[in-house]
Amino acid sequence: MSWIGNAIVAVLLVAGVYVWWRARRNRLWREAMAALARRRRFALIILGIYVVIGMLDAVSWVGGDGVQGVAASEARSVIDRIFKPSVFREKSYSAPFASAEFVGGAALTFPGRHVLGTDLLGDDVLYKTLKGVKVALLIGGLTCLVLIPLALLFGVSAGYFGGRIDDVVFFVMSTLASIPNLLLLIALIMALGKGTLQVCFALGITGWVGLSRLTRAETLKLRELEYVQAARALGVSHFTIVLRHILPNLAHLVIITFALLFTGLVLSETILAYLGIGLDGSWGRMIDQARNELSRDPIIWWNIAAASTALFILVLCVNLIADALRDILDPRTLRERT
Amino acid sequence: MLAYIVRRLAFGFATVLGVLGVLFVLFFAVADPDEMAIRAIGERASPETYTAWKRNHGYDKPLIINTEHDWTSIDRYTDTLLIEHYERMLSFRFGRSDSDDTPIWTRIREGAGPSLSLTLPLFVIGLLVAVALSLAVAFFRSTYIDRSVLVICMLGMSVASLIYIIGGQYLIGKLLRWFPISGFDTDPSVIARFLAIPILIGVLAEFGGTVRLYRTVFLEEVNRDYVRTARAKGCGEIRVMIHHVLRNALLPIITNVVLAIPFLFIGSILFESFFGIPGLGALTVEAINGNDFSTLRTIVYIGALLYILGQILTDICYSLADPRVRLGGGAGG
Repeated sequence: MSWIGNAIVAVLLVAGVYVWWRARRNRLWREAMAALARRRRFALIILGIYVVIGMLDAVSWVGGDGVQGVAASEARSVIDRIFKPSVFREKSYSAPFASAEFVGGAALTFPGRHVLGTDLLGDDVLYKTLKGVKVALLIGGLTCLVLIPLALLFGVSAGYFGGRIDDVVFFVMSTLASIPNLLLLIALIMALGKGTLQVCFALGITGWVGLSRLTRAETLKLRELEYVQAARALGVSHFTIVLRHILPNLAHLVIITFALLFTGLVLSETILAYLGIGLDGSWGRMIDQARNELSRDPIIWWNIAAASTALFILVLCVNLIADALRDILDPRTLRERT
Repeated sequence: MLAYIVRRLAFGFATVLGVLGVLFVLFFAVADPDEMAIRAIGERASPETYTAWKRNHGYDKPLIINTEHDWTSIDRYTDTLLIEHYERMLSFRFGRSDSDDTPIWTRIREGAGPSLSLTLPLFVIGLLVAVALSLAVAFFRSTYIDRSVLVICMLGMSVASLIYIIGGQYLIGKLLRWFPISGFDTDPSVIARFLAIPILIGVLAEFGGTVRLYRTVFLEEVNRDYVRTARAKGCGEIRVMIHHVLRNALLPIITNVVLAIPFLFIGSILFESFFGIPGLGALTVEAINGNDFSTLRTIVYIGALLYILGQILTDICYSLADPRVRLGGGAGG
């Protein structure tokens, strides 16, 4: 299965470079990117670090670093190779930088090596936290990549063609929107079963409606604009009109919604993890497993602190970027500034 | 006017049918009765046990087409789970729980009270705090107070609600020992002590997003012409904020509020299970853990029903207040 992760990383890198190259050739987008880089340099750098860690964790291959035992036959990612979890493990809890076990005080096998301590099973907490980066990016990013084209397809066709198509799409949207979000999420996962794909699919279904509504309303407005009318009068095909005149004018909406959805998805996964239907290895799962450790005496804080800090920083960065993007890309605030 | 209400009601009813359709697809077609039986009693039972389980819980009919009846009979299409599902849900005969055979309707009636006793004060206090704070922020707009509150809101928005609950329970309940950590009682003199922590945490967890939202609403009003007129005639800034800006900004806020009211009955899934409040949220968690599909189905249905009702009421009230809505036509929108 390791090739899927490698392929996704390759596709993402190529797509990223291509989008960046296309955006640089357009003056408006170039200015928007420059403004974003100026206003949110720090948040962008940290988000970049997260993405790099996630990608390092997705690239994996078999063998090559002399690890023995069961792990030798499995594909291991770059993160796995750096931390070597099958070698450097302890018996149970140990505090950050400790040289002895937390309970009992027996000497550790690798004293001082565990920067964030170890958990109940003796796994390195820093390693587990870094592994969570990929899961979080998967929940937020991959779900959005599936959800956005779907939402655009429905929203734009409903808004552009109107009539019967609009009626059907509008009915489906109001049906899904009238089920409270969390309940729909729970119902979907309970029916589909637990698993990465199912959870992402369920998150996609619930998040789809909001963006679709936005794009539908915006398309309704755009359809009546003079240049679209002119294109239609000149006999340009519907497909070309949508591609040339409608979609570019929805891009800012899509980008802002992407950033807002991302944080919403990552945060709602923690609730799912608490309900026992989240993803394996996510920060939500770590928090859920660690929540009883706070009632111990003396308390074991490093598990829950590591996972929630990693989550907090990622969500904060994306929130900050989304906030700046809304200011930069929203034409209403643009007009106010000039 | 009457035509508009009738049209709106018809669309609402159609949405209810749509929701029931979604539920049928999820809980009968995707997770079919065989799968439900396997999840309820495990994988290694005899085929007779599964059949008995399905008969006991009323899942023994075919899904859409009943081949026991011949072509000419209408029963071929009506004597099925699909029709039965619609019939039962629309007439509010929810039957019994799949896991412990208690009547679902009683469980829901029992749970609504505790849920409301948590969500209602949480909602009212949260709203008052958010409106007051955002009004104050709009009053001090583009000063350091405004900016620092915005930063705090941004930080607050980025913390997962799970962390708020775990951290708050630990801090207030365990370190400071102000209130009991969890529990519930129907006695009104004791209940406040149990609800104090969840309400405190709930208000804290939500104010980030709402204050930012309401602040933009207020700031949109602050630059309007009537505000300038009010200032020109000599109103003080505080009077302008409360008498003019707040009043006009209330309409979009109320829209938000009315749409949130149906969700109060559903309760809060996280809060109720963390703080031991026996409400509908706790019932949902129990249904998830016990693979109790019939209860889950009913809770989702009731949630959607309340939401649709709330929306219809909002739309009708709006059309009474604002004739443009009525003339615009189109249901919802």
